[in-house]
Amino acid sequence: MRKINSLGVAAAILALASTSLTSVALAEDVAVTGGTAFTKGGSGKVENATILMSDGVIVSVTAGGDVPSGYRTVDAKGKWVTVGFMASGSTLGLGEVGSWADNNDSRTGAKYKDTIGLDVAYSFNPRNTVIANTRIEGVTRAVTQFSGTSDNWRGSGAVIQLAGSDVADMIVHNKGFIRLSVDEGAARGNGGSRSAMWADIYKKLDAAKPKDEDEDDKSEDKSEGKDGEKADSKDDKKADKKKPKKKSEGDKMLDALFAGTVTLQVSVHRASDIQQVIAMQKKYGFKVMLTGAREAWMVADELAAAGIAVLLNPLDNLPSRFDMLASTGQNAERLQAAGVKIAFLPPDTYQTRLVVQNAGNAVAMGLSWEAAIDALTINPAEIFGVSDHYGTMAAGMTADIVVWDGDPLEVMTSPDAVFIGGEQIELVSRQTLLRDRYKEIPRAPGFKK
Amino acid sequence: MKTVSLLTSAGKRSVGAVVALAALLSACDARQEQGEFVDINRDPFPSSYAALASETTLITNVTILSGTGERIEGGSVLMAGGKITAVGAGTIAAPDGARVIDGTGRWVTPGIIDVHSHLGVYASPGTGSHSDGNEIGDPVTAGVWAEHSLWPQDPGFGRAAAGGVTVMQLLPGSANLVGGRSVVIKNVPGRVAQDMKFPGAPYGMKMACGENPKRVYGSGNNNVSKRPSTRMGNVHGYRQAWADAQDYQRRWDKYERDYSAGKDVLPPARSLRMDTLAGVLRGDVKVHMHCYRADDMGTMLDVMKEFGYQIASFQHAVESYKIADKLAENGVCSAMWADWYGFKMEAYDGIRENIPFVHNAGACAIVHSDSSSGIQRLNQEAAKALADGRKVGLDISKADAWQWLSLNPAKSLGIEAETGSLEVGKNADLVLWSGDPFSVYTKADITFVDGAVIFDRADKSKQRVADFELGHVGEGDVK
Repeated sequence: MRKINSLGVAAAILALASTSLTSVALAEDVAVTGGTAFTKGGSGKVENATILMSDGVIVSVTAGGDVPSGYRTVDAKGKWVTVGFMASGSTLGLGEVGSWADNNDSRTGAKYKDTIGLDVAYSFNPRNTVIANTRIEGVTRAVTQFSGTSDNWRGSGAVIQLAGSDVADMIVHNKGFIRLSVDEGAARGNGGSRSAMWADIYKKLDAAKPKDEDEDDKSEDKSEGKDGEKADSKDDKKADKKKPKKKSEGDKMLDALFAGTVTLQVSVHRASDIQQVIAMQKKYGFKVMLTGAREAWMVADELAAAGIAVLLNPLDNLPSRFDMLASTGQNAERLQAAGVKIAFLPPDTYQTRLVVQNAGNAVAMGLSWEAAIDALTINPAEIFGVSDHYGTMAAGMTADIVVWDGDPLEVMTSPDAVFIGGEQIELVSRQTLLRDRYKEIPRAPGFKK
Repeated sequence: MKTVSLLTSAGKRSVGAVVALAALLSACDARQEQGEFVDINRDPFPSSYAALASETTLITNVTILSGTGERIEGGSVLMAGGKITAVGAGTIAAPDGARVIDGTGRWVTPGIIDVHSHLGVYASPGTGSHSDGNEIGDPVTAGVWAEHSLWPQDPGFGRAAAGGVTVMQLLPGSANLVGGRSVVIKNVPGRVAQDMKFPGAPYGMKMACGENPKRVYGSGNNNVSKRPSTRMGNVHGYRQAWADAQDYQRRWDKYERDYSAGKDVLPPARSLRMDTLAGVLRGDVKVHMHCYRADDMGTMLDVMKEFGYQIASFQHAVESYKIADKLAENGVCSAMWADWYGFKMEAYDGIRENIPFVHNAGACAIVHSDSSSGIQRLNQEAAKALADGRKVGLDISKADAWQWLSLNPAKSLGIEAETGSLEVGKNADLVLWSGDPFSVYTKADITFVDGAVIFDRADKSKQRVADFELGHVGEGDVK
């Protein structure tokens, strides 16, 4: 990751020449001074902090520390300084305009088959304007992923940093997770019944499971699979006689899932459905995270025991569907209290920036402020496997730093300065350009009312 | 349904008819024998609203945003008989037996009025069987009424009460050029829709510009099932509908003239669709038009002038900032989100400063939700818009900004004489907030409608549990 910065600078220079909207400035040595810094999520508070950034990474964070010569100083006196926030789900970069605009790559056609093998890198557009709309609000990282496919597998997703000018710059971790939906909507569209859907899921996973662990039936869990299990073993015998097929991208991702290098992100809501997911995780032993998870609080202890993290939107408090009847604004707080690692979803891709307001509302519903900031920084860094370089404000970490004009979770505050990979982002977007064009309504001199 | 109604009919026109008939009756025998005069009952589903039990309540030492642009520190508000009976700085003597609430550290505002909700018509749970908001099949369905889709047991009403919403306009969807009548309701529990209807509130009529109608009917794939399939087709559709409505109104006017002249005449054939459209042309029904793009709105301002009606509001209006001067000149409100944009082409040019820019141009700005989630936090939407305006140098106070949530919505709905601000004599529709309502951490502590508590954060018995929620796992939980 760290080497990206020098490449990023080169790309940024090229981009500066080619587009007026490029906002990545040159990487430089910068000191942010005088602010109140939160160095470990919502904790690790440092008053009058001197934050030094060089070559795209954080050099040090010290209280009242000196600024070495050669550093440009950004005064943050009276401001709050955090790590740039991360939104744990979006389709950022996969489409410029959502509906009926013929540019959306976040969904596959109805006949596309290898839905596990989908890779967002082919679709991601670094110049998508929603990215700038998002980062100027202090969200510097996001998970981007597919929103719909022909079945209930949704390919893999990526962690992106919201600055840079080419795909390789901006996708900082790709194919770290694959997605599967087992919620009520998925059941309707995949077999018509949960029973049919789960049988198919087990069939697929059993087929993908490494064979040396699947020789006999002693691992069979009576509560799971049942008939599907028998059918699978027959299929396996037949498959063994055939020549080994060339592996699809999806097969490779499932191999990685069983190898433990990829996590299965499951979209699920009803408590009993979540328990099915926990049972599946126990059966196979692979890594799982949940997304949506309206009723997760009801099985919070089981999730904590299984080490399953939950991505959620804390505003979801209506019984929007029959698998969401126990929805409550306290989902975040209750999961956190039970020891489940949580991170936040934004309301939608265009409003990825509002993941911050969502976090504020979780606090209004009882979550601690510190835990809410954790859920925007450290937690998603760990959940999505990027905590080696992102999530805290420590020496050596990528310098994603935001200077806020007040409590970042408040609805009336906003960033005064945003650094991504140590580079200060111009607070300009297509939206601010429109704003500036119309602040004084342009009229022809002879315009008559 | 013909209503023969001299004494029982409601509405402006019937008054005229009664007068005319009284004159006729005196000279009756000199004329030819006439059939009974057929008048249209303009209120066939009358409000059965009755205020909930309330007590005289005094809130003291509280920060007040009056809703008229005024801010009072350390003020008091007195509610009695469902009305605001006193409001101002300093202390007000508590009447005997009054409930006194110490408002120290807390804020009072007028109740939030959401002019764009689909609660009840697109209820939770959002099953296919609950999808009652778009009467697709004909681009002009002026004859359908949202109140006939309204399911009072939508759990969203209780959530909105917890967000400080006291009144809302429930609208049909935007699939059609003319989607049908809206209904203005008070956010109180009701067994039937009429129990919630705001007494005397004018009807609204939903219209829609742009992408939605042309997508629904044109489909965009050269598979046009029915007009419209283009924006120009949309405008043809509105204009023809208005022209038809003019014709319809002329026939009824002629019927009245002829009857008044003593002729034995049959009334024109009744058209429920034309009743609503003609109601707009007479000024009885207010037009609330879903419209995103500035050019679409500009077209509709001319259609409005061509047919002599008034558009009360453009709904969503994400490009109002481009024509805020024209909207101010034409007296048309814009009901807007703080920051939604981008999800379709006509929302692509949305900016975060839309609301403050419209306000700054002297036009009527309204914060609306169009969302069962957003309606719970409209105060935060106003806060974001205010902050965005201030950031580009607009000097707007919180007291001014609250008008986006109460008085301006009330004006656009035609209920500003009854509610929308904290003024003596108005309905006691107000919210006691736990603190500054422009903070994300602030919650509505108590929401009052006509002086009665419709939500109390500290009292489980005042937290609404819809019939639907009974017996389910979420019943009675903190929401």
